[in-house]
Amino acid sequence: MHDPQADPPDAPSLLQARGLTRRAGAHTLVRGIDLTLRRGEVVGLLGPNGAGKSTTLRMLAGVLRPDAGVVRIEDRVLDRAARRRIGYLPEEPPLYPELTVDEQLRLAGRLRGLRAGARARAVAQVKDRCGLRTVERRLVGRLSKGYRQRVGLAQALLGDPPVVLLDEPTVGLDPVQLREVRELVQGLRSGHAVLFSTHILPEAQAVCDRVLILVAGRIVHEARLTEEAPGLRYRLAFATDPGVDALAAVPGVTRVDPTRGPAHAYTVQLRDEGVLDRLLDRATTAGWGLRALEPERRSLETLFMDYAFGAEARAA
Amino acid sequence: MTGAIAAHELRRLFRSPLAWITLAVTCFVLGLVFLTLTDVYLSVIQPRMAARADATGATEHIVSPLLFWSGVALLAVIPLIAARAFAEERQRATLPLLLAAPASATQVVLGKYAALLAFLGLAVALVAGMPALLALGTTPDWGRIAAGLLGLYLLLASFAAAALYVSALTRTPALAAVGGLGLLLFLALLYVAGNAATASGELLARLSQFAHFQPFLEGRVRSEDLAYHVLFALVFLLLTGRRYERLRDRP
Repeated sequence: MHDPQADPPDAPSLLQARGLTRRAGAHTLVRGIDLTLRRGEVVGLLGPNGAGKSTTLRMLAGVLRPDAGVVRIEDRVLDRAARRRIGYLPEEPPLYPELTVDEQLRLAGRLRGLRAGARARAVAQVKDRCGLRTVERRLVGRLSKGYRQRVGLAQALLGDPPVVLLDEPTVGLDPVQLREVRELVQGLRSGHAVLFSTHILPEAQAVCDRVLILVAGRIVHEARLTEEAPGLRYRLAFATDPGVDALAAVPGVTRVDPTRGPAHAYTVQLRDEGVLDRLLDRATTAGWGLRALEPERRSLETLFMDYAFGAEARAA
Repeated sequence: MTGAIAAHELRRLFRSPLAWITLAVTCFVLGLVFLTLTDVYLSVIQPRMAARADATGATEHIVSPLLFWSGVALLAVIPLIAARAFAEERQRATLPLLLAAPASATQVVLGKYAALLAFLGLAVALVAGMPALLALGTTPDWGRIAAGLLGLYLLLASFAAAALYVSALTRTPALAAVGGLGLLLFLALLYVAGNAATASGELLARLSQFAHFQPFLEGRVRSEDLAYHVLFALVFLLLTGRRYERLRDRP
């Protein structure tokens, strides 16, 4: 039913990971992850706590060495020079409480190897972008959690790196800040590849083009969000099996998929609401014995629950 | 990059009260030592020396012991300062900023070491002010004082390299400080143990930093002592660099 890779965009790939694996003792945190980030896309890394999201991002950022697998940035193996092309916000923003916001950002610029002129411009740019003008002279240690998060974000975006990796960038933000960060990430789409992890589903739904669902160190599902047809899908269950053909024969039914679960259950796609009445009439006259009818929400949440906890249950 | 890291480390160090308070306490303690030494010199040693042909002066009796005690006092201070270098960064989760930067292990380690050296340079300069005061009342042996200060700086520089390594071993600054202090005290104890007049004692003493500090205090700058301190520091810096790279494996 899903074929997320059916239509990959032709944009150049900025980050490519193959077979990333990381163990901690006998425990495998991340096993054989493959992923590609292309220019112009925002990808969400979703998963329950402990699924390996942070570990994956740390390996992609070059902070943690994978036990197996390789990361390529713009077709070059991730080495010291390639780290310059990555903006990374760790789970806990790496900030020095004794520095002011300006000093912290200048430090990040120096560490990124920006020359004085470019550094000043880059710092000014991210301060505007992340709304840090009002706190530029304050000590990082005195800032609220939301502002600290923004300084961390500004630090990651400094110098406009093409690959942006954000580990839970919206943690600790109030709703207004949340929306600002969301807009910020949306604004990054052109020219960048953004991967961010979250366990807040609406967050991913609001921002991402694509989501990867990570469970127990594996990518169990990959879905494009923007291409989900808003069409009317219903789940039906009958007492006697009408068969796919009989359902498809009803005018206005554009697609029929048998559904696992209860006996004689189908998911149908309808052209419009009116078709539903026709379908019910047909069910009554043909004596199929309708037992269940519900609109199907293929929201991220159902996907997530299906794949994440389904897989977890299967693994257990 | 090394310069940027060193400048950052120094800024960080002097933003915290730790650096200021350590320097103040060290100055206070060494000031007392200086005062006591001068007092003893004036009231006891000088009158006795006045009658002798082979008389030794204020430099021998005040400056050399003062520099020796400076080495001892700063031995206790260095692990505290060095603990910030890696252990505190790991504890505060700020290390990813360095790990994700296009900086090599050599650049990071040298940057942090350079900042420690600058701090110790300041400490030695403060100590140097005390012998300079002697010029008010006598003519000190400047050459010998310079040799002693050089020896003190080298001693502290090799201590700092060892403490930096210990700092990279743990994510708990207090543990790094205690571990570093333990290592440095061990090296100092080798000297005390080695002073026993046996062959093995001789060997032990040669391994200790203080044995290679003493000649400087006597005004002798020997290449073997210079080499000892430089090599000692180099070995620990190399170990620290290797350890830093391993932080990518075991964060």
